[in-house]
Amino acid sequence: MNAVAAARIWKFYGDYPALREISFEVAEGRCLALLGRNGAGKTTMLRILAGLSRASKGQVTLFGKDAAAAESRSRIGILGHGIAVYDELSALENLQLFARLYGLPRPAETALAWLEKTGLERVKNGLVREFSRGMRQRLAVARAFLHNPSVLLLDEPFTALDDRAIAVLQGLLVEARDSGRTIIMSTHQLREALELATDVALINRGRLAYCGERTGEMLADPTWLYRNYGEA
Amino acid sequence: MRKPVLLVMIGVAGLLLVRNLLVMAQLPDEVMQGAIFRIIFFHVPAAWTAFLGFFAALVASILYLVRGNLKFDAFAVAVTEVGLAFGAANLISGMIWGREIWGIWWTWDPRLTSMLVCWLLYSGYLMLRRAVEEPTQRARVSAVFSIFAFADVPIVWFSIKWWRTQHPQPVVWGGGSMDPSYWNMLFLNWIPFLLLGLVFVAIRMRQESAKREIDAIRRMAHAI
Amino acid sequence: MRYARQILTVAFKDLRSELRTKEAVNASVSFSLVILILFSFAFDPSAESTREFSGGLLWIVFAFAGALILNRSFARELQNDCLDALLASPVPASALFLGKSVANLLLLLAVELVGLPVFLVFYNARIVGSFWTLFGVMALATWGLTVVGTMFSALTVNLRLRELMLPMLVYPLMIPCLMAAIQLTTVLLGEPSLDAGQMVWLRFLVGFDVIFTALAVALVDTVLVG
Repeated sequence: MNAVAAARIWKFYGDYPALREISFEVAEGRCLALLGRNGAGKTTMLRILAGLSRASKGQVTLFGKDAAAAESRSRIGILGHGIAVYDELSALENLQLFARLYGLPRPAETALAWLEKTGLERVKNGLVREFSRGMRQRLAVARAFLHNPSVLLLDEPFTALDDRAIAVLQGLLVEARDSGRTIIMSTHQLREALELATDVALINRGRLAYCGERTGEMLADPTWLYRNYGEA
Repeated sequence: MRKPVLLVMIGVAGLLLVRNLLVMAQLPDEVMQGAIFRIIFFHVPAAWTAFLGFFAALVASILYLVRGNLKFDAFAVAVTEVGLAFGAANLISGMIWGREIWGIWWTWDPRLTSMLVCWLLYSGYLMLRRAVEEPTQRARVSAVFSIFAFADVPIVWFSIKWWRTQHPQPVVWGGGSMDPSYWNMLFLNWIPFLLLGLVFVAIRMRQESAKREIDAIRRMAHAI
Repeated sequence: MRYARQILTVAFKDLRSELRTKEAVNASVSFSLVILILFSFAFDPSAESTREFSGGLLWIVFAFAGALILNRSFARELQNDCLDALLASPVPASALFLGKSVANLLLLLAVELVGLPVFLVFYNARIVGSFWTLFGVMALATWGLTVVGTMFSALTVNLRLRELMLPMLVYPLMIPCLMAAIQLTTVLLGEPSLDAGQMVWLRFLVGFDVIFTALAVALVDTVLVG
């Protein structure tokens, strides 16, 4: 079954088409790497998938249902450029808040379990404002994974992270992929992304230039895709 | 609309205005007010045009939110601007009349006050538009604002009316009935106002579409 | 049930983070004190005639103080892109909006309850009617200010000049609500109870609240998700 399906997505900013008729499907348990230059439309696409932005035309479905429905949104976990946790709240309060927003049955226990998993249980009552960069990022990762999302949407996940957070995230992503979750990520870090990805999509000035399985030659030579399908 | 059509409309509006002015000159002065009473033939149709503009903006805003077509957004700005221009004409003519009759430029008469509040509300609409850079977001945000503003108009109207009836106030137009020939004059003078309004709307819509085109080209250039 | 819980979760979150820093509340309280003092220079505070516009004075102070709180409401979510995480969650935008409105209502009412006694002391006024009637009027009018203000906080959250846009857009819209509040408050500061004519204003206030709450709930999703 397709976990995520985008059908003929257009997005206009005024008269300018930022996305032009993009269609792709991601089967359950696959990991799609969205590649493309800055401004190609990767973030716009991800925001549409996450329900943060509406497509001008076309439809996104999650397991066959409209992606904007509350039920679909509770199956999505997002990790964007910002860490999306509150500076004035403690680590525990932050995770409890999101557990409640997702309607999880035992917010406190879930939050604690994730603090442990990301190595933050010692500072659980510390305010995020006082956290180091790496700690904040690990908390953000916990926030995104907390409700056991079946689909993970990651916007440049590795760019802002420090080494330890990258390790935590990569571990979680491999675990997620192997347990049948679907991952879509936009990225610049070709090597890290391609190792994890099972499929690759290249967006070029708002158009889908390539979409297919990740092949051995891409892994051997990360620039292969850009050379063959990128802009002339 | 094409240019010749617009020119014809302006011509017709001008001829009608000249004709109306000549007819007005023939009318006898009003007993209480003298010559200045003729300002009503501009004052009242201006208010009608303004409210018609704001109402059209409401309809266009709802249509934009439903359909997502930026033409409706362009129409909404155009009619709001026309509404503001005629609203200003209404306010200024009211002030001139007040100065002649009561010796004061401004009085907190419920009608004048309501028009002033409306005017402020809709000038907020234009300022809001200037603060948003991306055309689609601008259209969305300003459509919502326009709906809020229009919902506020009748509420403002009634509240100010109630408010003022609890305070002493000068009576406008004597409260009496108007001669039917005056009513005819009001409507006859409304026609050129509407024609001019339409011409402005047509021109502004063309400008808005050009603006969108320029914006798209600029974005395209940035993307490359 | 679930919807109500979501509203409360958001409201509680906003209250907790505001009370931890007290940025907006402190600014709002001190600002209202400053305006109260400034007004004493504009009018003779001990004159008998001041009573006639005491309601107006009080509500202008509250409206100004409110803008400081309302401005922060959605702006608070911009830091760290929290707004994205909230909107991506299954919580509907309208629940998010109502939660924030409830939090703002409570914060603003708290500021008003500090400002009111100060006003009574400085301007040598007293509440002739029942305090609870006055409190009811304050709550109704403050909800009116809050829904309109919170909605526009959402509307302007991504704009340049956000802090300038909000009061400019919101005050003209609030005029009817403020008028009703001023009328009723002035009466309650001078007379024991509301007569039939003033009950009309009370109903008007309820009508304002209902209309703008409904409009905001219907349109907030359009505003937040582009």
